[in-house]
Amino acid sequence: MSNALTLEMVDGIAVLTFDLPGESVNKFSPAVINEFTAMIERLDKDASVKAAVLISGKKGTFIAGADIDQFLEFKSAKDAQTASAFGHTMMTRIEKGRVPVVVAIEGACLGGGLEFALACAYRVAADTPKTVLALPEVQLGLIPGAGGTQRLPRRIGLQAALDMILTGKNVRAKKALQAGLIDELVHPNILKTIAIQRAKELASGALARNRDVRKHGAKEILLDDNLIGRAVVFRQAREMTQKKSKGQYPALFAAIDAIAAGYSGSIEQGFAEEARLFGEMSMTPVCKQLMFLFYATTSLKRDSGVAAGVKARPVDRIAVLGTGFMGAGIAAITVPQGVPVRFKDTAADRVAKGVAAVREVLKDRLTKRQITRQQFDDQVGLVSGTTEYTGFGRVPLVIEAVFEDLGVKHKVMAETEAVLAEDAIFATNTSTIPITKIAAGSKRPANVIGMHFFSPVHKMPLLEVIVTAHTAPEVAATVVEFGRRIGKTVIVVNDAPGFYVNRILAPYVNEAGLLLDAGVAIDAIDKAMSQFGFPVGPINLIDEVGLDIAGKSGGIMAEAFGARMTPSTALTRVLIAGRLGRKGKQGFYTYDEKGKRGDVDESVYQLYDGGTKRTTVAKEEIQRRLSLAMVNEAARCLEEGIIKSPRDGDIGAVFGIGFPPFRGGPFRHMDTVGISEVVKQLEALNAQYPGRFAPAAVLVEMARAGRTFYPATGKPV
Amino acid sequence: MPIYEPGRRVAIIAGVRTPFAKAGTTLRALSAIELGKIAVSELVHRTDLDPKSLDLLVFGTVLPSVIAPNIAREIALMPLLPKGVDAFSVSRACASANQAITDAADQIALGHVEVAIAGGAESLTNVPILHSRGFSDALIAASKAKSLGQRVQAFGKIRGKDFIPITPAIAEPTTGESMGQSAEKMAKLNNISREAQDRLALASHLNAAKGTADGRLTAEIAAVSLPPKFESAMTSDNGIRSDTTFEALSALKPVFDKRYGTVTAGNASPLTDGAGAVLLMREDVAKARGYKALAYIRGYAYAALDPGEQLLQAPVLAAPLALKRAGLTLEDMDLVEMHEAFAAQVLSNLAGFESQHWAERAGLSKPLGAVDRTKLNVMGGSVSIGHPFGATGARITTTLVNELARRGGQYGLMTVCAAGGLGFSMVVERA
Repeated sequence: MSNALTLEMVDGIAVLTFDLPGESVNKFSPAVINEFTAMIERLDKDASVKAAVLISGKKGTFIAGADIDQFLEFKSAKDAQTASAFGHTMMTRIEKGRVPVVVAIEGACLGGGLEFALACAYRVAADTPKTVLALPEVQLGLIPGAGGTQRLPRRIGLQAALDMILTGKNVRAKKALQAGLIDELVHPNILKTIAIQRAKELASGALARNRDVRKHGAKEILLDDNLIGRAVVFRQAREMTQKKSKGQYPALFAAIDAIAAGYSGSIEQGFAEEARLFGEMSMTPVCKQLMFLFYATTSLKRDSGVAAGVKARPVDRIAVLGTGFMGAGIAAITVPQGVPVRFKDTAADRVAKGVAAVREVLKDRLTKRQITRQQFDDQVGLVSGTTEYTGFGRVPLVIEAVFEDLGVKHKVMAETEAVLAEDAIFATNTSTIPITKIAAGSKRPANVIGMHFFSPVHKMPLLEVIVTAHTAPEVAATVVEFGRRIGKTVIVVNDAPGFYVNRILAPYVNEAGLLLDAGVAIDAIDKAMSQFGFPVGPINLIDEVGLDIAGKSGGIMAEAFGARMTPSTALTRVLIAGRLGRKGKQGFYTYDEKGKRGDVDESVYQLYDGGTKRTTVAKEEIQRRLSLAMVNEAARCLEEGIIKSPRDGDIGAVFGIGFPPFRGGPFRHMDTVGISEVVKQLEALNAQYPGRFAPAAVLVEMARAGRTFYPATGKPV
Repeated sequence: MPIYEPGRRVAIIAGVRTPFAKAGTTLRALSAIELGKIAVSELVHRTDLDPKSLDLLVFGTVLPSVIAPNIAREIALMPLLPKGVDAFSVSRACASANQAITDAADQIALGHVEVAIAGGAESLTNVPILHSRGFSDALIAASKAKSLGQRVQAFGKIRGKDFIPITPAIAEPTTGESMGQSAEKMAKLNNISREAQDRLALASHLNAAKGTADGRLTAEIAAVSLPPKFESAMTSDNGIRSDTTFEALSALKPVFDKRYGTVTAGNASPLTDGAGAVLLMREDVAKARGYKALAYIRGYAYAALDPGEQLLQAPVLAAPLALKRAGLTLEDMDLVEMHEAFAAQVLSNLAGFESQHWAERAGLSKPLGAVDRTKLNVMGGSVSIGHPFGATGARITTTLVNELARRGGQYGLMTVCAAGGLGFSMVVERA
């Protein structure tokens, strides 16, 4: 049994403080569940205890959920089902026990933590920004397994519960109060006092246990509260989920099924179904890959990618050179952190347009009520601009986002270095030009580093930090920490053409182009890869990125890697024809006035030898060629030391280009398929298309030795 | 005892202002607070100031927002600055920014603070418009009402005329005389001709146009992104007319005395929106932090006279005192910046400098002397650039110290007349 609970008696109220020793957050393990059960049994038997309060001893979290390490131990669906049922027993014990329990929630109340709170008699929460409630299980390919699918809809209504469970999103304290998820919201300093007071009221009968605070408006009566309405809601939820997930995430459907089971039968039947489905989900490959990604991101958060002990310097303001889409995007995610941004561009109107673009991004947050009017004004006010490099003297970090041209970059670098402090960092946000080449124009190459953001910056989670042989470790540490501060998942890679993300993208996109050359239809290629799990198909992606940029990148890659990256005729011809993709409202697809994408632009085919007469290639063949081109290149990057670990490679691919998360990333995917199998397929393709598919040496070696990138059991990373 | 001990003088490091825009034009959507934030933020950036080193922010405004009357504090609360920056607001009509600057300078001289930003802002587009007394009374009575009946009764007392709102007029509360009427009166009392006024206005426009064209004026300006789309930037003042002529100015009709008047829209300063701010530091602190001062404050003075007499003539009393405190004479001055509320007022002030009568009133045995007109308002003045009441003092200070440094002159004098019969004057010394 664990030693997580301490008991203090206050006027007949048992105040339990949950403080799991040796951990930064509270979580439920079997040992903790046993301790909770034993405690509630003891309190139930003790007549001097009238009621209980549970409060967290951890700052910033109430209960983070189940200890997911235990999920790795499940050998079968049955194991997981048993664990779920074990949780149900404890929760029901709390719910039905003699002693009513009040939870005093301050900080994150997630997963099993929220399920616990729902089983208690009354919920008081502290009004702090850190107080958030969520059931994020679906993000791990699971469903809530401790009664969440049953108690949540009963507490807040079907529609609201579906929304919370299917998105796993965080609900902030005020919203939680409005939804009825919590009963009361108070200042953190009086949280415990009020919780004790409510416990006394529950004991005296002045307050009913779990009183109904759910909304009963017209919408609820029509949809939530009757059989036909619920049937409509469930049908819509299934349709929407199918559309959004492309059927690739079974847990979403399992969650809906579990919720539905609680409406068609008793709550006990609901629990049983929840446990069964939880067990079933825990064994799905999707769950295993999503769990892997969870461990991988957690491990990355602890690893700055720079030698241990290297200290990041403080960044209290930044400058951004170039106020285009990228520059504005970088500014827009920087100012919410209270960090002033100094823009520099060639004309005052260009600076103004940059600020206007920042405003647009922040306005969206204002409209969605993610920020207040005051925060909006404050954040916009942190952006200023110059046409003459004024205000650069104290800037510790400059991010360059000017036109992708080495000459231009060298020119602005020289101008900037002339006004910068000696130790200021010059980060370049290039997506194609090797950082070493850019750094060659610097007076202080140790201060030069790459920060490869992805477009649109405010939406894409990855930041690729590129170090050269000269980059000072302190510079890298500073940039990594700053990247994390502005909300990015950061991987540190070594400099080489295309870095990591664009490097693995290049042969993938090129393979798509070669399929076009071979006469395959645009939508056939995109559809195949979208079904493989990519958010958009490769041709669509080219349109999004812009043909000019894709072309420039393709040129650099071909120069660096020769034959296997020689751009296809298909892409070159479209670029020469002057189609720029979405930004030019003309590409492989049609675009309306507002830039909204339509169908394939059939006129593109006029540029090709085959015209509109397209040949058919099996979906599986397309998927195999494109995905293998990518994962093989990823293996090369590992071999060449561009990425430090398969973990960085997987995170980079999933967060940078949307490599299907349910496949875990290129390296996890290879492990899953089997490395010998990957090598076999690559060799077969290489025989068919000589030069493009020669398996990376590391793969051949691993296949021979029978090794995998990740351990098959236990924690993957 | 000298106020400014050697090594501990008050240094003017830099000044920045927004473009000045005629009221109701490009800057109409921005409040004085927002304009002030733009000027202060740009000043902080351009001077590479570590915001943590800022001790105090003093700001002047003439028509404060009813909702946020302490403009200085509102500006200081912008996220660029630490919340611990002390801030207070001052009001001295058209010399409000000067009052802010001298208050900040006093705090530095006293050793209370080391680094301060002072300035002023005004949006004459966004003036507070008030309910009438009758309507206000009804609202207050209604808010105190305990029943619906009482509430209805409260509103029942409102009369038709109570619905007419009260807009602030640019007039003296004691005399009821408007600014323009006062200027008109001064023109007559001091025998200032229409032609002399129009010539001065012309010089103001041409000097300002030159300063804009060669970049001396625009160098002091922070670009402002213009609402509603914020996609273009305003980088220069919009009231300066490079194409105006003496003939065009002469053709304008007098406004305040239609029969015998000489004051026109062309030789008076327009209602304007804008803000300006200067960075002040104690001399030794500036040196230690690697700042090069533009100028030091050598002495200043305020003076007052009966507003019913010559409302805008008090600079004639303030200037001799400022010069005396600086230990200098008018002849020592290499540049003179005189706020141009009206050309008639500038010419009256200049005449006063030369008059025995005003000399005696200022306690001098002989007149201060004639101002060399080639040294006067060399980059234009309020008639051409515009006059956002609270901000003008910051503009004049900035221009004077910049131009003094540029020309390599030693001393500069500035004067500002203000409503209520108040006057201000300051002497600066190039660093």
